[in-house]
Amino acid sequence: MDQDVNITILDRNGVSHNIDAPTDMAMNLMEVIRSYELAPEGTIGTCGGMAMCASCQCYILSNHDLPSKQDEEEAMLSEAFYVKENSRLGCQIQINPEMEGLKIEIAPES
Amino acid sequence: MITTDILIIGAGPTGLFAVFEAGLLKLKCHLIDALPQIGGQCSEIYPKKPIYDIPGFPEILAGELTDNLMEQCRQFQPGFTLGERAETMEKQADGTFIVTTNKGTKHQAPVVAIAGGLGSFEPRKPPISNISNFEDHGVEYIIKDPEIYRDKNIVIAGGGDSALDWSIFLSKIASKVTLIHRRNEFRGALDSVEKVQELKNKGLVNLVTPAEVTSILGHNHVTGVTVKKSSDSDEEFNLMCDHFIPLFGLSPKLGPIANWGLNIEKNAIKVNNSLDYQTNIPGVFAIGDVNTYPGKLKLILCGFHEATLMCQAAYRIINPGKKYVLKYTTVSGINGFDGTRKEAPKAVVKKIE
Repeated sequence: MDQDVNITILDRNGVSHNIDAPTDMAMNLMEVIRSYELAPEGTIGTCGGMAMCASCQCYILSNHDLPSKQDEEEAMLSEAFYVKENSRLGCQIQINPEMEGLKIEIAPES
Repeated sequence: MITTDILIIGAGPTGLFAVFEAGLLKLKCHLIDALPQIGGQCSEIYPKKPIYDIPGFPEILAGELTDNLMEQCRQFQPGFTLGERAETMEKQADGTFIVTTNKGTKHQAPVVAIAGGLGSFEPRKPPISNISNFEDHGVEYIIKDPEIYRDKNIVIAGGGDSALDWSIFLSKIASKVTLIHRRNEFRGALDSVEKVQELKNKGLVNLVTPAEVTSILGHNHVTGVTVKKSSDSDEEFNLMCDHFIPLFGLSPKLGPIANWGLNIEKNAIKVNNSLDYQTNIPGVFAIGDVNTYPGKLKLILCGFHEATLMCQAAYRIINPGKKYVLKYTTVSGINGFDGTRKEAPKAVVKKIE
């Protein structure tokens, strides 16, 4: 369990979930949300994690220093809806040990 | 009325492979797809991306896989209804099903195989509060007939290929084209980006970036849009236009299939995976990403397997009591419905002297 990080996720209904995410399975935030079924199948991770659909858009609520956006994520977010300053695509954020205590909110479905 | 043996809803990899397996059993297929082209997600979302887990292909582009699957099933002459969404399914007294599309095209078959992936691709609508009032009254999410824009004042929003390509095309026939995007950067084919740059320089496309449309003006029909520049000042201004075309790509929605009386769980159709991938409606199957069962994996290779077993069950429904044994293509070859035959070359039997 020492390889897990603790993350708080607000789902689309505003319900808070405190979950453990493995850091050693090459999982990204979108996959973590799916594995805990915090958003219905078919409403998240539509493109499978290619930064091509924005269905995994999240708002980062804590002050973690996350890896910066690549061009593909930047471009997709520029076409997505409900985008805020703290928007990220969950599929582009690989879970790592520095993310202990991360708090995020899943953006509305569009 | 289009009649066939197996009516396949969805022309993605699973649906296309079902045509091949059905053909081996001398069953004819017709496919319906909401997209104007075959391939499903493989052609709509990621045609240029590689796939590494198709058995026998260490690496293949999704677009190539689609081409190969079409080539593989070509001799079984599948029919296609493309660019139309399957809307209703009605069971007939004789046990067959009639599936009608949103354009009214009717299809009849004794077996329906839903290979609908994540659903049919629908345009993504921007969250502008009054936009629904103007749908078909000057707001179009898909360009069906470019002629309606001749000599009209057009505003396009979006930053991808379709926004770029339609800006280029409509600049030739519309009186004015304005392209609005939230960023200065566009994501599209390089030559499309360069072409729009050239049209902008010539004053043929009015580019407003970084900006977004925040509301729509007009009473019964669009007369303009309110645009918010996302610069420091956050200035808003009104832009007169006859049509507003938001092009923000497509996203899949399960859609009307959800109302067909099928058991749905987690946005997918529950099937009997221990037997034949049949749904709760006898004669209706669900294969590929659209179905769910304990242990389901949404993988193309799993769709191929499910399609194969579905075809065996379809054979038994269409030919009740008729004997059949599994044949190997290497042994039996393939007899196309078009009269072609593929077969393994015969061994040469010759004496060595």
